[in-house]
Amino acid sequence: MALLDVRDLSVVFRRRGAEPFTAVDGVGFTVEPGQTVGLVGESGCGKSVTSLAIMGLLPRRGNQVTGEVRFEDTDLLKLRPQDLRDRRGRDIGMIFQDPLSSLNPVIPLGLQVAEVLERHQGKTRQAALRQAGGLLDAVGIPDPARRLKEFPHQLSGGMRQRALIAIALACKPRLLIADEPTTALDVTIQAQILALLKELVDQSGTALVMITHDLGVVAGLCDTVNVLYAGKVVERAGRHDLFADPRHPYTHGLLQSVPRLDVDRGGRLHQIRGSVSDNIPWPEGCAFAPRCDRVIDDCVGATVPLEPTRRDGALRCTNPVPQEVPA
Amino acid sequence: MVRIVLRRLTQLSVTLIALMTLVFFWLRSLPGGPVDALLGERATPQTRETLTRALGYDKPIWVQYGRFVENVVTGDFGNSIRTGEPVTAVIGRAFPATVELAIAAIIVAVGLGIPLGYLAARYRGRLLDNATIVVTLIGISIPIFFLGYLLKDWLTQDIHVFPPSGRISTGADNTDVTGFFVLDGLLTRELDASADALWHLVLPALTLATIPLAIIVRITRASVLDVLDEDYIRTADAKGLRDATIRRRHVLRNALLPVVTTIGLQTGALLAGAVLTEKVYNWGGLGTVITDSISGSRDYPVLQALILLAAVVFIVVNLLVDLSYAVIDPRVRVP
Amino acid sequence: MSRTGGITTLSDHKRRRIDELTARTSTAAGVSLIRDAGRRLRRDPAAIVGAAIILLFLIIAIFAPLVAPHDPVQRFPELTRDLTVDSVPGASAGHPLGSDPLGRDFASRMIYGARQTLFVGVLATLIGLLFGVLLGAVAGAVGGWVDVVIMRITDVMLALPSLLLAITLVALARQSTQWTVIVAVAVVNVPIFARLLRGSMLAQRESDHVLAARALGVKRHDIVTRHMLPNSLTAVIVQATLTFAVAILDAAALSFLGLGDPDINRAEWGLMLGVDGVRYLEVRPELAYYPAIAIVLVALGFTLLGESMRAALDPKNRR
Repeated sequence: MALLDVRDLSVVFRRRGAEPFTAVDGVGFTVEPGQTVGLVGESGCGKSVTSLAIMGLLPRRGNQVTGEVRFEDTDLLKLRPQDLRDRRGRDIGMIFQDPLSSLNPVIPLGLQVAEVLERHQGKTRQAALRQAGGLLDAVGIPDPARRLKEFPHQLSGGMRQRALIAIALACKPRLLIADEPTTALDVTIQAQILALLKELVDQSGTALVMITHDLGVVAGLCDTVNVLYAGKVVERAGRHDLFADPRHPYTHGLLQSVPRLDVDRGGRLHQIRGSVSDNIPWPEGCAFAPRCDRVIDDCVGATVPLEPTRRDGALRCTNPVPQEVPA
Repeated sequence: MVRIVLRRLTQLSVTLIALMTLVFFWLRSLPGGPVDALLGERATPQTRETLTRALGYDKPIWVQYGRFVENVVTGDFGNSIRTGEPVTAVIGRAFPATVELAIAAIIVAVGLGIPLGYLAARYRGRLLDNATIVVTLIGISIPIFFLGYLLKDWLTQDIHVFPPSGRISTGADNTDVTGFFVLDGLLTRELDASADALWHLVLPALTLATIPLAIIVRITRASVLDVLDEDYIRTADAKGLRDATIRRRHVLRNALLPVVTTIGLQTGALLAGAVLTEKVYNWGGLGTVITDSISGSRDYPVLQALILLAAVVFIVVNLLVDLSYAVIDPRVRVP
Repeated sequence: MSRTGGITTLSDHKRRRIDELTARTSTAAGVSLIRDAGRRLRRDPAAIVGAAIILLFLIIAIFAPLVAPHDPVQRFPELTRDLTVDSVPGASAGHPLGSDPLGRDFASRMIYGARQTLFVGVLATLIGLLFGVLLGAVAGAVGGWVDVVIMRITDVMLALPSLLLAITLVALARQSTQWTVIVAVAVVNVPIFARLLRGSMLAQRESDHVLAARALGVKRHDIVTRHMLPNSLTAVIVQATLTFAVAILDAAALSFLGLGDPDINRAEWGLMLGVDGVRYLEVRPELAYYPAIAIVLVALGFTLLGESMRAALDPKNRR
C-alpha cells in the first residue's frame, strides 16, 4: 500500500477583488514507502502549493483545497487542525527553499531543533537539547555543542539548510517533503546537500517528495518523476524512461533546454517560447498549447485526460512526441 | 554593544552641542538682544546695563559663547523672568509631575496597545479588528486637548467619577519625598494619598496616551501580520508545534521589535502631548511651565532650558530603546 | 521563432486567437508598479472613503461663498442681543447652527473654516515638503560632507518633539500671525521629508535600474532627475498626504496654547475649537463639537488615503 496517495487534489485561490485562480488542478500521485518521487515544473506550476496543501500549511483564508491526501490510512485533508498538528513534524517532515528566512532569527538554533522533540516525543528541554546536538552532528554540522547556542545569522547558508534538515528529520518521519531545498544555495553546496539528503533517506528508509525545477536534481535522486504544468500533472514516468524518452512536448522541451556536453556543441540551446502566464487562455484544453510546437486543433477544444502509458507512467497530451523506436 | 552605546553617546553630544549653539544664537537674534529677552521689555536702562555687564554681554561673542557653554554644562540657566526663581528650581519642581504622567501614559499605551494590536491581527478582518482600526484612526485624528476636555466634561461634570484637575486633592495628607506622588504615598505608607494621586492620574494619563496607544496598536497589528507571513512561522507550523507555542515563542517576540522602536519615538509625542494635557487638567508639570513661559511675554531662560531638557530626554530614551533592541534581537548583539 | 514540429495542422483561426492571447498576457505582466498601485487604490474602500471626504471638503472650501448663508465676519444684532457670558444663542431662523461668542453666524464660519483650515494645512505641508525634498535631494545626490551636515541638522530638529519645535518657533517670533503658524508647522516637517527623500535616493543609488543607467553611461544629472527623483517622489506624496493630517492637528494645538492666529475675524477650525470651543464647552458644546468633528473627518480622510496609497505602492502587496 502506498505511503502517500494524493488524489484529485485541487487548490483554488479566492482573493477579494480578483478572479478565483486554480493553482493546483486535480493533481494525483503516489509515494511508496522509502521511494523518492519528484515533482518538477517551472515556477508557478503549482508544485509548491501542492506540497503546502499536503501538509495543510496553506492559510485557510482565501484558499479552497479539495480532493484527497491519504497518508497511510488517513485523509489528511479531513483531519481536525489539532490532529494534523500532531502528525506534522512527527510523521511528515518538510524542508523549505530559503534556509535563512525559514529559521527564526531571534531564537537559538538549539531550541529550534529541540522544540520539535519536546512537542512530539515529550522530552524535557535538556534531553531535547542533548539530542539536538546529536542531530546537528548527524547532518554534518561541526562543533554542534557551540552551534546550539548560536543564531541562524551566524551560520552559513549550507549550515542553515543542514539545520533545517535536522529539524525535519528529528522525529524520524516516514515522509519528507523537500521544496526546492537547494535553490537558494551555491552550486557546490547544492551537491553536498543533495548527497546528504540521499544518504539520510537511504539510511532511514524515509520516503521523499522532491520538489524542484532542476532536472539535474531529479536525475540524481528520484525514482519516479511527475512533471507539472499549470497546476496539472502532464507526464509521469520512471526516471530512466523520462530522460530517455520524454513524451509530452513540455517535458521534451525542458530536457532539450538543458545544456549537454556530449552532443551538438555548435548548436543553439533549445528554448520553450513564451512563459507560464497567470491566465490559461481557455477553460478547457491544454494549458501548454500556446507555447507548444506540436499544437493541433484537438488540443484546445476539450479537456485532455491523463492517460496511463505502457510503462507504468501517465501522459496528458493529444499529440505526444513520437516514441523512440527501441533499438 | 559597547560600540552602540559609544556611537549613540557621541551622536548625543553632537546633537546637544548643535542645539546649544542654536539656542545661544537664538537668544542673541531676538529684537533687543539677550538682555531684553532676559529682563523683559519693561526693565529700566540701569538694570539693563548692570545685567549686560554682569552677564558679560559687553565681551566679545566667543567669550560669551564659552561662558554660555560653561553655564549650561554646570546647570546654571539663570533666573526665570516671570518668577525670579532660578530656572533649575522651576524645572526641578515640575519635572516629577510630568515624568509621573508620562510613565502612566506609557503604561496605558503599551499595556493596552500591544494586546489589542495582537488580538486585532489574530482576528484579522473580523469585527474586533475592524472596530480597532476605526477607533485607532479616530484616535490619531482627534485633537487630544479636545479629547481631554470631553473626558473631563463627561467624567467629572456630568457624572462625578474622576477629579477634574490637579495631581492630588486639596487638603490631602501627603508627604513630598521624591515629587512622584504615587511613589511618595507608598514610601511613606500613606496609601490613601497614593490612591488619591493615582485617581487624579487616570484621566490625564488616558488623554496623553491616546496617540501613542493608537499608534502602538496599529504598529503591533501590522507587525504581527508581517510576522505571521514569515517563512519561519511556516516552518514552526510544519514542525507541528502547538498554536500557543508558536504564538508565544515565534510570533510575539519577533513582532515586538518594531513596536519597541515605536515606543521610543513616541516619547517625543508624549512630551508634546504633555503640554496640551497638562493645560487641560491643570497638572503643574513641565507642560504647564512651557505654557506659562510662552503666554504673554516669553520667559526665555526657562524656555531654553526646557528645549535642551526635552532633547536630552528624547535622545536618552531612544538610546535606551536601542539597547533594549540589542537585548531582544541577537542580530544586533553580534559585533 | 521557428515552428519546428512540422505536424502543425492548426487552423488559421485558432492560431490567431492564440497569438492574440499570448500578446495580451505578456503585456499584462509588464504593467508598471504605479499603474498597478492606482488600480488597487481604486478598489480599496478605505482609499475611496478618504478621497471622498477630501473631495467633499475641497468643494465646500472652494464654493464657500456660494454655500455659506452669511458673511463669516458679520455680527448679527439678533444674535448679539441674546449673547451673555454664559449663554450663546443656538439655532434660530436663518442661523441653522446659531451664533458664535461674538454674534456671528456659526454655520457660515464652519463653511469658511474649511477654506482656512485646508489653506493652512496645504501650505504648511507644501512648504515643509519643498524645503525637505530640496535638502534631501541635495544630501542624497551630492553625498560626502554635505550629506553629513544636512543629516546632522535634521538630527537636531528631530531631537525636539514636533509640537515643541513648533512652539519654540512661534515663541521665537514673539508676535504670532497666521504665517508664523504655517511656517512653524512647515519647518517641523522639513527634516522628515529630507530624511525620507535621502533614504529613498540612497536605496535607489544601489538599485538595479540606476546601476544599469550608470553602466550605460547616462549622466549623473539625468540619472538623478529622470530615474531617482520620480521614484522617490511617490514616497514623498504618500508622506505629504499623511503629514497634512498632522499639520492641521498641530495648528489646532498651537491655537489652543494661545499661539495661534490672533486675528479674531479668521474662521479656522483649529482656532474655533482651540479658543472658543474649549472655553464654552459647558455652555454651548456645539462650538467645540462641530469644528472638532470637521478636523477629525479631514484628518481621517487624509490618513485613510495616505495609508491606502502606501499599502498600494508596497511591492509586498503586489502579488
